[in-house]
Amino acid sequence: MKHLLAIKDLDREGIEAILDRAESFAEVGRRDIKKVPTLRGRTVVSLFYESSTRTSASFELAAKRLSADLISLKAAGSSVDKGESLKDTCATLSAYDPAAIVIRHPYAGAAQLVADWSEAAVVNAGDGKHEHPSQALLDLFTLRRRLDSLEGKRIWIVGDVLHSRVARSNLVAFQAMGAEVTVCGPPALIPRGIEQLGCEVSYSLERLGEADVVYALRLQRERMAESFVPSIREYAAHFQIDSRRLGPRQLLMHPGPVNRGVELSGEVIDSPQSLMTEQVASGLVVRMAILYELLAAGPQRPVSAADEPEQSPTPIGQPA
Amino acid sequence: MSEKVVLERDDLRRTLRRIAHEIAEANPEPERLAIVGIHTRGAVIARRLHALVGELTEAETPIGDLDISFYRDDVGAQSPATQPVVHSSHIDFDLTGRTVVLVDDVLFTGRTVRAAVDALFDYGRPQRVQLAVLCDRGHRELPIRPDYVGKNLPTARAERVNVRLEETDEVDEVTISEPRAAEAVL
Repeated sequence: MKHLLAIKDLDREGIEAILDRAESFAEVGRRDIKKVPTLRGRTVVSLFYESSTRTSASFELAAKRLSADLISLKAAGSSVDKGESLKDTCATLSAYDPAAIVIRHPYAGAAQLVADWSEAAVVNAGDGKHEHPSQALLDLFTLRRRLDSLEGKRIWIVGDVLHSRVARSNLVAFQAMGAEVTVCGPPALIPRGIEQLGCEVSYSLERLGEADVVYALRLQRERMAESFVPSIREYAAHFQIDSRRLGPRQLLMHPGPVNRGVELSGEVIDSPQSLMTEQVASGLVVRMAILYELLAAGPQRPVSAADEPEQSPTPIGQPA
Repeated sequence: MSEKVVLERDDLRRTLRRIAHEIAEANPEPERLAIVGIHTRGAVIARRLHALVGELTEAETPIGDLDISFYRDDVGAQSPATQPVVHSSHIDFDLTGRTVVLVDDVLFTGRTVRAAVDALFDYGRPQRVQLAVLCDRGHRELPIRPDYVGKNLPTARAERVNVRLEETDEVDEVTISEPRAAEAVL
């Protein structure tokens, strides 16, 4: 795996490998010294053209815990403010010879472009309404810890599916692990033709009770140029997950940040069924595993057993 | 595949018993001892040594295991297919002040042991670290020497030493195979 741009780049085996690796990083996180020397001397660039708390914080901490050197850029406060194009910014950053570039961008396909322009391994940390693969992986990790296997489990993705890159990545990821997915929301917020991805579509919460896991999405008002819902109150009346709608055995997830009182009511956010804090904790170890998988499992070499010595070991500090 | 058996079941078990005696003898304060195996087969051997040492000293010796993939010096040089299986380390006792016996199956270049010592120090500060290996096959690339050796195996560099244990491979034996055959094993 050279880049992580979309969930479909990974097969089930590839996903499991990352989740297993994340499990051993979870062990590292329980030590006094929560840092390993794996990526010593490598550079990771984190390039965020959109606001982010969890994703940027966890990718950056992940890089640091792996001993990589980190350059962290936000669009605000960098030359992007002065009108530098994405391509020029990439060329500039490439001069620092990064091993990986983690990018979030408001336009779909931006990560793919960076992958074409740069020698570095590229991680898509969200591109417009397209994909957010690391979120999908951390959600799988969180669920695997709770449910062991997703085989045959029913997962409802509820809310603003239209504007959600998380929905797109998670739909593919949940299905890859054997879950049955239903997307649910008002017709205006469900992309036309989404059932072609193999999911069911529901325009009401009536059958929500059949779900094992309820995955709520944020109503993305910043992406709405026009009005997709008559009013926030009406949306909440029909699609808010609250303690009345959420059964006691159902698990609740949300990628964050939450509009409290819109897609989720306050009491379900703080209920024991909510996996939201676990999702955040998973984010760190899963992102460590992603960086490890991209950077530490480098190019093919002639067949020899794992514990055989290298004829000429890769000098420390040489990029993949 | 030409493969020569160098330690059979009974030899292997006898060898481990001898190492256990040596460990017990060299450590008059068994309560300060700890045994830590390196994944995968080092961890299996460590569990056996732990049981044997426990019988001899009648002391509670803590045991742990260590995965060194995050500490390798050839990170990035391996294809994913040859990467060792994912394990987690388990060391749930305090190493500080203890004599830690690191256990591995085969001592070769010494790079694995170097990585293991690095990993160990992220858990605490042992007073002393000793090394026990089932086989020492030579060809060291680092200044590392074992404290307890099961068997010295003179080998050519390209040959492969295969340690098989009942827990992981359904049989107890050590063999040497020609380089060609190495691709079939593991």
